[in-house]
Amino acid sequence: MIVLSAGFQTTVQDCGRVGFRKFGVTIAGALDSVSMRLANLLVGNEDCAAGLEIATGRVRLQFGDERLIAWCGGEFEVRIGNISLPPLHCARIAPDVICEVQAKRGRAWLAISGGIDVPALLKSRSTDLRAHFGGHCGRALRDKDELQLYPSSALALRIGSEMTDEISDWGAPQLTARDRVLRLVEGRQWEQFTEDSRARFLSGTFSVAMNSDRMGLRLEGEEISIAKTGELPSEPIAPGAIQIPRNGAPIILLGDGQTIGGYPKIAHVITVDLARAAQLQPLDQVRFELIALAEARDLLLKRERDIALFRVGLQTRFA
Amino acid sequence: MRLDALGDSAVILDFADEYSDPDKLLRRVLAAAEALERAQIPGVVEITSAYQSVALFFDLGRVVAAADEHRVEDFLNDRITSALAAAGRASRKKVRAIEIPVCYDAEFALDLSGVAEQTTLDPAEVIALHLSAKYITACIGFMPGFPFLAGLPRRLHLPRLATPRTRVPAGSVAIAAGQSGIYPLESPGGWNVIGRTPIRLFDANANPPALLRAGDRVRFRSITRDEFNALMR
Repeated sequence: MIVLSAGFQTTVQDCGRVGFRKFGVTIAGALDSVSMRLANLLVGNEDCAAGLEIATGRVRLQFGDERLIAWCGGEFEVRIGNISLPPLHCARIAPDVICEVQAKRGRAWLAISGGIDVPALLKSRSTDLRAHFGGHCGRALRDKDELQLYPSSALALRIGSEMTDEISDWGAPQLTARDRVLRLVEGRQWEQFTEDSRARFLSGTFSVAMNSDRMGLRLEGEEISIAKTGELPSEPIAPGAIQIPRNGAPIILLGDGQTIGGYPKIAHVITVDLARAAQLQPLDQVRFELIALAEARDLLLKRERDIALFRVGLQTRFA
Repeated sequence: MRLDALGDSAVILDFADEYSDPDKLLRRVLAAAEALERAQIPGVVEITSAYQSVALFFDLGRVVAAADEHRVEDFLNDRITSALAAAGRASRKKVRAIEIPVCYDAEFALDLSGVAEQTTLDPAEVIALHLSAKYITACIGFMPGFPFLAGLPRRLHLPRLATPRTRVPAGSVAIAAGQSGIYPLESPGGWNVIGRTPIRLFDANANPPALLRAGDRVRFRSITRDEFNALMR
């Protein structure tokens, strides 16, 4: 695969690096792993094959042989030559044709049949941008980069041979709503925040700050204060945690967030809504809705069932 | 011990109510993390610890499958409690002792004069104190392979720099917040840098990728600039 134009922050990502937090290694990975997984399934890949996360700019790609490609995520325009490729569909792309991705809003994930062949470091092909390893040379893609691909799977070849058009007449389900409301469960220090702060946190509208990145979304708006002052000892933290530093401006940790931290956590974004959080960009407005832990878990289990159903459906149809 | 949810796919165990002494508390935490690793609770995909707590991250679907008809909380609570009860409060692993060579040359010791000023010690006394201590790795975090080393002599307890550096060189040995630490990779940072080690603390191509693990004993050894250069090669 030749990267004719790389865009501004295009990285190789898979489902992330699990099992090394005790060594300070973050998950990295596709910030919306569900979109990455659906895109992979659409092109006959294992759901955690390595693909591209595209954030801003224009990306142009060309392939050395015929491939299937699919994308999911934000509001993007993707063209295969002159044909427009909608999200959640599968397209066949011939070697001489250019795939052009124009980012408009949020992030998108592009899967290519076979998946990107970069070395798996610590059991993952994801790019760790802060520690500069994994993905392609530990960095975002640049113009003229060349990446190897694994051969397309037998399933991908069957999908491709049965497609009468360049674009599939079937697609994957849309599993993520576009709402700018993030559902939360109570954080470990929830009770320690003043009642007034908790109320303002849940009723207020926050704006995403310019210095937000893959580590975290920094929010501006209501100032949130903790009743009990004093330093907390650092403790393990999870992606989705909403930390309140001393200045009272919330930070939502994303996939590149650090593994331990000492700021009090008012709440946690539920796993299902990390896909929504991944689409937020600077100046977006966001609100919160508190739900019960059991409901958060039910939503996650339902989403996993939906993905499994799509996988089985696809395998059955192209058996 | 108190168990709290960290979102929908992780829980944290806090042992702060069991010991007030930080060393005993840390030993308890490390033994608990070790016991929980050994217990291989179905669905738990990673375990990590810090000063007074251990977190378990899990794959919800696998936990629910293993829990059968029970609630996720009850299932995890049962498994965690029995793993901790079976293991006792002391680590079974042999303690690893690791010596880290440090060159305290002025070129590397970016904040040594500032530290000397703030502590009203000579630079040589600062170095001697830093070398005199026996450290224990409380946890790894902040960045891959960065050890938080407890055991820094009281005289060297200082706050972080008022203005963090945008670029701290890899290998920088630093002090702040009552601890010593080592930057494995170049990064922004606010600790007081007093030396540099030629030893590599993080290597993504190795498994385990970090030189140090929580619980490791650490001592620093002073080396000359020539020794530093030789070890860098």
